[in-house]
Amino acid sequence: MDVGGTSGRMADYLRDHQDKVVGRWSELVVAGVRGRTSLDEVRRELGDLYGLIIRVLSGADDHAEGELRASLDELSRSRARDGFSPSETALAVLSVKEAVYELVADAAEMVPEFLAFSRMVDDLGVRTFESYSATRERIISDQVTTMMELSTPVVRLWDGIIAVPLVGTLDSARTQLVMEKLLDTLVATGADHAVIDITGVSTVDTEVAQHLLKTVSAARLLGANCTISGIRPQVAQTIVSLGIDFGDIATKATLADALALALRQAGLKVVPA
Amino acid sequence: MDELRIRSGDDVVRVRQQVRNAAAENGLSLVDQTKLVTAASELARNTLVHGGGGVAQIEIVKSANGRTGVRLHFTDEGPGIANLELALTDGWTSGNGLGLGLSGARRLVDEFELNSKVGAGTSVMVVKWSR
Amino acid sequence: MEQVPILKIGQTLFVSIQIDLQDESVMRLQEDLADELAATGANGVIIDITAVEIVDSFIGRMLTMIGSISRLFDAETVIVGMRPAVAITLTELGLSLSGVRTALNAEKGLEILNGKT
Repeated sequence: MDVGGTSGRMADYLRDHQDKVVGRWSELVVAGVRGRTSLDEVRRELGDLYGLIIRVLSGADDHAEGELRASLDELSRSRARDGFSPSETALAVLSVKEAVYELVADAAEMVPEFLAFSRMVDDLGVRTFESYSATRERIISDQVTTMMELSTPVVRLWDGIIAVPLVGTLDSARTQLVMEKLLDTLVATGADHAVIDITGVSTVDTEVAQHLLKTVSAARLLGANCTISGIRPQVAQTIVSLGIDFGDIATKATLADALALALRQAGLKVVPA
Repeated sequence: MDELRIRSGDDVVRVRQQVRNAAAENGLSLVDQTKLVTAASELARNTLVHGGGGVAQIEIVKSANGRTGVRLHFTDEGPGIANLELALTDGWTSGNGLGLGLSGARRLVDEFELNSKVGAGTSVMVVKWSR
Repeated sequence: MEQVPILKIGQTLFVSIQIDLQDESVMRLQEDLADELAATGANGVIIDITAVEIVDSFIGRMLTMIGSISRLFDAETVIVGMRPAVAITLTELGLSLSGVRTALNAEKGLEILNGKT
């Protein structure tokens, strides 16, 4: 970005017409927010930004650019959290060009200054868009994490026997979570049997099978016997046709069958009262 | 950035400890810390045993969307790896393969870059991001 | 180099690894265990890794080898107290430690050695 003459002159011009420009800019922005923010709040926000823009243009200090970027990022983040669309935020920033143009329109000698200023503001507008995207992505990934946490319970079926009923998909992120919860529960309860129930797992393909094998492998390192239950007829056929081999891991059709097996292995028997 | 020399078994232990500290201080979960330190252990050992000694560098990095990560760099001026593809295949679960532990280390990290030139040396760069 | 102490209680050898061991110490442990097994005729080995934060491929291989060596002396080896994070990492590395049994703690390890499981 050019320093010195052109931008210096623009900085002076903006300083001289601060009230008028910020006022007009605020009006334009408020028209776009449709009542979600008050005029005073907008004036304050934009006034701060305006001051930073002037400082950057006048090349006065080294910190100005960093501060302007930080200020814009904060504006994008708070607008995103308040539910504004990225276009609204970007347009709000870009509309300063219109506010300035209205004043500068009749001053031919300011054209090169205005062009440079316009380019600078365009960059700022793009930056708000990028900031917005990053914030939304963060919100979505936090929500995904919460959903995964909630849908991965580990239950105690009996002394020394725990079960993990899996529902939905089993991708690598989910597998990590399942492994962590299963192993932590094994340690906490001192269990030596784990039943992994896949009745609720929609698709069982080679990848899912590998994730299951990994989970069993990890549980075995903590000394647990593992059984996979919930093998539905179609799933059984898919597994065989894909050539997946569960090796020496016991597999059962239902959770009840797996519980019976675990009890037998634990030397327990269920008898009528 | 921290730079540690790798010239002995004790140095490998020191690298593990430094990497553990860096990972813990920068928001990596316990499992991710363990994975990163284990990968560092593999790579540091390679540097010592196959590379004739070298250097480890530990850096904290930031991604475009604001996440923090730990970046490790292992370099040596040893004989280099002749067959990179073979070195990166899973061959050592049963104790076979080149035993370089590179393929395992790769699975433990988020980013992995290996450069090696026969007669000149090897450099491995890995990154693990906080979630 | 640290030398890991080996305790003999009944017919079982107990090893508790407390610190971050460097490679030489692990190899020394392997040698010492072989010596003890030969000298005492013990029929079980329990290796407690509750305090171990990192098990990489080298240490993993050593543990498997200790299992094989013990078997040559007609002894069974049980690794106890592996931390969840370590187990998850070993699984990712592709190491299953076949040839050794595992248990949550020394007590359960003894149950295995005494044939209860």
